[in-house]
Amino acid sequence: MIPFLVTTGMAFLLYLILTAGSGSIGFWSLSELAMGAVLAMITGLVTRKFLCRSESYRLLSPIRLLLLLVYVPVPFFIELMKANLDVAYRVITLNIRPGIIRVHSGLKTDLGIFMLANSITLTPGTLSVGIDEETNDLFIHTINIAEGDEKKEIIESTELFRLVNLPAWIRRIAE
Amino acid sequence: MTVVEILIYTCLVIGVVFNSLGVLGLLRFPDLYTRMHATTKATTFGSIFTSLAVVVYGLSMFFSQNASQYLNLAIHAFLAAAFLAFTNAVSAHAIARAAHKSGIKPMLAVVDRLEEAKL
Repeated sequence: MIPFLVTTGMAFLLYLILTAGSGSIGFWSLSELAMGAVLAMITGLVTRKFLCRSESYRLLSPIRLLLLLVYVPVPFFIELMKANLDVAYRVITLNIRPGIIRVHSGLKTDLGIFMLANSITLTPGTLSVGIDEETNDLFIHTINIAEGDEKKEIIESTELFRLVNLPAWIRRIAE
Repeated sequence: MTVVEILIYTCLVIGVVFNSLGVLGLLRFPDLYTRMHATTKATTFGSIFTSLAVVVYGLSMFFSQNASQYLNLAIHAFLAAAFLAFTNAVSAHAIARAAHKSGIKPMLAVVDRLEEAKL
């Protein structure tokens, strides 16, 4: 029952966002609201087992959602900007020193690993290539490894981000 | 020019510059992995800014003319940017992982821990 309600609610919310500005009840017309409710219920029935496989609803807590909404435009965007200036500099100068390093994530849940891997792919000159599923270590392709870092067996994930501590944010949101 | 127009043009210029840098990186870098850096980061950032220009345009038209289809336009462009960022990261990971599994080694690499781990 809970998976059905969660997926239906999410699908309905997405439908409302996509059709905002269609009428006069709030921003929506009556026909869009009715159609959205029916479609959301069908979506909930079909996808509830697939989308709620892990049976954990941590992200439904309002504090975590609020943190996620702050995380994307502020700390994440700062790192994204820095990463892009860095890549722009390397495209022009071709000053690269690539390699694949092993990074200790320190996260336990699938959602946390997923968010960290995606954040790493979009930020500072790094690209997640693989994952060790037993220890949750990530294998990161780095475009410019600092002198001496290639000799270290394992690197802490916090060392990848110089400006903001993204792993700590992700731990607060996802775990 | 109004403030809104300046904002739109700034977003467009940033977006186009970073998208072109992404293309340049695709041509200049030596191997698949370094090319993925250019195509994932630079094009995501560039496309976010071009979408942001559409969002700003839509919102300004919505508030000046109070026509609801512009609100719709702004929201759709914003959602497109959000999903682009998500799917780009996931697909970049998928391509890099598939490449490494099928035996493409990173060129010029000083270290390859994934090869040593033998997963």
